[in-house]
Amino acid sequence: MNILGHFNYWIVIVLMMMGFYTVISRGNLVKKLIGLSLFQTSVFILYISAGKITGGTAPILIDDHGEAAEAASHVLYSNPLPHVLILTAIVVGIATTALGLSLVVRINEAYGTVEEEVIHNRDESL
Amino acid sequence: MSPVTVILAAVLLPVLAAGLVLFLGRWPNLREAVPIATGTALFAMIYSLMDVVRSGEVVRYSLIEVVPGVDLALHIEPLGVLFALVASFLWPVTTLYAVGYMRGHHEENQTRFFTFFAISIGAAMGVAFSANLFTLFAFYEVLTLCTFPLVTHHQTEEARNAGRIYLGILLTTSIAFQLLAIIWAWQVAGTVDFVRGGFLEGTASPLVLNVLLVLFVFGVGKAAVMPFHRWLPAAMVAPTPVSALLHAVAVVKAGVFTVLKVAVYVFGLDLMGELAVTPWLAWTAAATILIGSLVAFTKDNLKARLAYSTISQLSYIVLGAMLANAYGIIGGGMHIAMHAFGKITLFFAAGAIMVAAHEKKISRMHGLGRTMPFTFGAFFIGSLSIIGVPPAGGSWSKWYLGMGTMEAGQVGLLAVLMVSSLLGLVYLLEVPIRAFFSPPPPDSRRPDDVHEAPLPVLIAIGITATATVALFVNPGPFHELMTLLVTP
Amino acid sequence: MSDHLPVLLVVVPLIAAPIAALIRSVRLSWLIACGASWWALYAAWGLLSRVRGGEVISYALGGWPAPYGIEYRVDAVNAWVILIVAAIASVATPYAYQSVRREVESDRVSLFYSAWILCLTGLLGISVTGDVFNVFVFLEISSLSAYALISLGQDRRALTSAYQYLIMGSIGATFIVIGIGLMYIMTGTLNMMDLSERLPAVMDTRAIPVAFAFLTVGFSLKLALFPLHLWLPNAYTFAPSAVTAFIAATATKVAVYMMLRFFFTVFGAAFAFDVMQVDLILLPLALVAILSTSLVAIHQQNVKRLLAYSSVAQIGYMILGVSLASVAGLTAGLLHLFNHALMKGALFMAMGCVMYRVGSVRIDAMAGLGKKMPWTMAAFVVGGLSIIGVPLTVGFISKWYLVQAALAAGLWWVAALVMVGSLMAVIYIWRVVEVAYLSPAPDGDGVAEAPLAMLIPLWVLVAANVYFGVNAGLTTEVATRAAEILMGVTS
Repeated sequence: MNILGHFNYWIVIVLMMMGFYTVISRGNLVKKLIGLSLFQTSVFILYISAGKITGGTAPILIDDHGEAAEAASHVLYSNPLPHVLILTAIVVGIATTALGLSLVVRINEAYGTVEEEVIHNRDESL
Repeated sequence: MSPVTVILAAVLLPVLAAGLVLFLGRWPNLREAVPIATGTALFAMIYSLMDVVRSGEVVRYSLIEVVPGVDLALHIEPLGVLFALVASFLWPVTTLYAVGYMRGHHEENQTRFFTFFAISIGAAMGVAFSANLFTLFAFYEVLTLCTFPLVTHHQTEEARNAGRIYLGILLTTSIAFQLLAIIWAWQVAGTVDFVRGGFLEGTASPLVLNVLLVLFVFGVGKAAVMPFHRWLPAAMVAPTPVSALLHAVAVVKAGVFTVLKVAVYVFGLDLMGELAVTPWLAWTAAATILIGSLVAFTKDNLKARLAYSTISQLSYIVLGAMLANAYGIIGGGMHIAMHAFGKITLFFAAGAIMVAAHEKKISRMHGLGRTMPFTFGAFFIGSLSIIGVPPAGGSWSKWYLGMGTMEAGQVGLLAVLMVSSLLGLVYLLEVPIRAFFSPPPPDSRRPDDVHEAPLPVLIAIGITATATVALFVNPGPFHELMTLLVTP
Repeated sequence: MSDHLPVLLVVVPLIAAPIAALIRSVRLSWLIACGASWWALYAAWGLLSRVRGGEVISYALGGWPAPYGIEYRVDAVNAWVILIVAAIASVATPYAYQSVRREVESDRVSLFYSAWILCLTGLLGISVTGDVFNVFVFLEISSLSAYALISLGQDRRALTSAYQYLIMGSIGATFIVIGIGLMYIMTGTLNMMDLSERLPAVMDTRAIPVAFAFLTVGFSLKLALFPLHLWLPNAYTFAPSAVTAFIAATATKVAVYMMLRFFFTVFGAAFAFDVMQVDLILLPLALVAILSTSLVAIHQQNVKRLLAYSSVAQIGYMILGVSLASVAGLTAGLLHLFNHALMKGALFMAMGCVMYRVGSVRIDAMAGLGKKMPWTMAAFVVGGLSIIGVPLTVGFISKWYLVQAALAAGLWWVAALVMVGSLMAVIYIWRVVEVAYLSPAPDGDGVAEAPLAMLIPLWVLVAANVYFGVNAGLTTEVATRAAEILMGVTS
């Protein structure tokens, strides 16, 4: 239980802040989306870290009666559920990025640029 | 007809009439016959309620329960019958007047005008018969909104500004103060039903009750207690029949009616007398009386002068309520009727002058009396009633109000009433006196063919002026109703 | 079948969505959308009538019992929200036909309806589920389809607005996932009821308050609580009219529901309000929202934008009710959820009619419409009066309960500020009414009344505004019951 022992959580925080900062600070719409993806990815790692149990093995249910089952009940499993959840979240993340990028393509067609400031100025001048 | 049917009909008939008016828009004579016939029938029906009031029978009809514990309900009590009598009597008369006025003035959108006019009367009836604060408030707001198209009838920039002031003040006061007070009363008392003697006593701390009373008095913007009076002069851009019926009778009387009703049925006179803020409010009303009269002096535009006179006279009624004694209530209630007849006569006359001689300014009415003797004669009678001298009905209500001030031991307030009457004597009588006794202004490009206004206008003026005098001879139902209200 | 109502409520639209996309016929995909939304309304009514008495329906998805499987759990609170969403959808979908034909390119219409149904599915799913991760999944289904719908607006700014909404919405959703993840790490469960039992044991850890904070910010973003509302005005302004009417009346409502569910059911009112004291944040923010955005609304030239800012203010009213943390306050908030859906739906639909005929919703384009489009503008007036809170409209009922709740809590100044908010509504509504009725119409532009297919749905909502303003028995009963369930009070 020291700072390094939680290094994966530190990575989560670093990634999260990098992503968040990129979203806020960048004017380029594509870069913003990259930041957003980074931000979401950090959450994936958070979930997966939570599923990891030191010394745990893959959670395979042995459908056997007798000694093997007895032994299996003492085996330490990693929690599979976070992985499953995160599979869903990854799908959502991909969908978000895809939709975002397609919006950027349309914006580029309409405005001829993907820079937020330029777009803003072009709308002002309408 | 059962009393319940009557009060339901009182609210619905004018609305139905409005529908018919809209439907008959293409045939003006038929269109205008509808409100006159409806109004006459309405008056007869409401008059039949006198017996119910005399018998002391409790008639309450709940239309629908809006939220648990609060319903849309009507009931019959003396004050409401008085207000309804006045409004229903004057509605057909005003319609008759409006026929002459609107045609003589070549106004546009007359169908819209008569439609909203009728709906406004329905709303006023709803105010008169409302059985709880919620119903009262609902019809109060409907009345505000239905009169907006009438105020902005001409659709000019001036009308638009007037409409803003009108809605601005009336909605601001009603939502910010009155509605808050109503919900607050419901919160502390668990009811909003009108009960004779009030339902607030002992439900909250004196501080809260004082605040509530202030919120109620200023929340009723239609009572035009200063500083919330500006809407009334602004509304004078409307055609004169609107000024006459709505801004001398239905709308403003709905306001002071609400104040009286709150005094009698929400607070109760005993509680009113105990509250520390009541005398202060009485003095606010007194200040409005005086300032209103003084401002009326400075106005050369006849309708504006009458508007400020109305502001001043309305506060007589508020003052009557704040005296918190039987005389004050009787005087205030009777003044609803007396002022209505007197002021509507004055407005009718003002409109007649506009239609016949196209004059709005008092300074340009010199000498008109000779060509329009009937109109200015009626104006004279109306003035007497407002001032409160015989032989006009206004003397009765002023008498009771004076008694009320004595009973309350407020000699200062009595002096205010006297001074204001004197002021009224000057600013109102100036008009007929100049018209009759001054020569026409030299620069007057007045055409020679100025004569009296169209016949329907004159008939209407005749009716109200006669009624004003008749009410002096016999204040009849109005006095009886108010006595019934204050005798337990 | 009625045993499976909770899941069928979601599954039927979920299946309808791809079908609508594949058919590629404007009329057919519209009909499918209508069918899906009417089905949702039928199911919502079935659910509500079963839980009105205080009963709770628990449905184990796929037969896996909670807390192992996903549980759909319906009580008076979410049955109420489901009804709101379904009712608005079943009025807005018929309305959409004409409006969408005018505003969306024809080869995209079937995709439009597909996204529309997906959005509905997501909103219903959020409301019906009793599993916190499932909430996130449905939230993203509804949000992603909403971004797509908004981007279909005619103006190119619709694209940038959708993008902006996508960024902010995704951040909000991610915050929510973080909160859910932290709760899961601490308790090992995702079932709401299970969470509410297991959370008290770990309340003292640092993780749970952090989870609470992440969730609060996430929800606030989604429901556009001031100052996290910046995505909303643009999105509402540039989206196709039908989309604005639908989303404005439903999406933020569902977000409010999420917040209520997490605060009161998952965390418990005691933790949210006594330990975390979230009311100390929500109350001032709600008041600032009411006053500041009403002020901004007064200065708008585009009526849709004006109404969008008004929506942020109205959300303030709901959150104000929530922040009072009393049965009365929650009742007011829940009532306003329903009532605001009715009035904003009607107002945005009226603006859709104007857009359809006039092609603009700027205030100066309204000149003379009172005469040319009498039914549309009359609907706008009634909806506007409802926003103001004039008696005999639903807005009055909301205000009545909200002010009463504030007074009961001893917050008379809050009650007074609510009234001030109403007065500001008078100003922004009347600016439009004045131009429509008092300004002369430009000559010869041949503007006529909107088609009946749009007017009828519009007037259904207007009628509902008046009906539930005069006879609020049903709405107050359900809202009170829902508030009691949330507060854990049994009557």
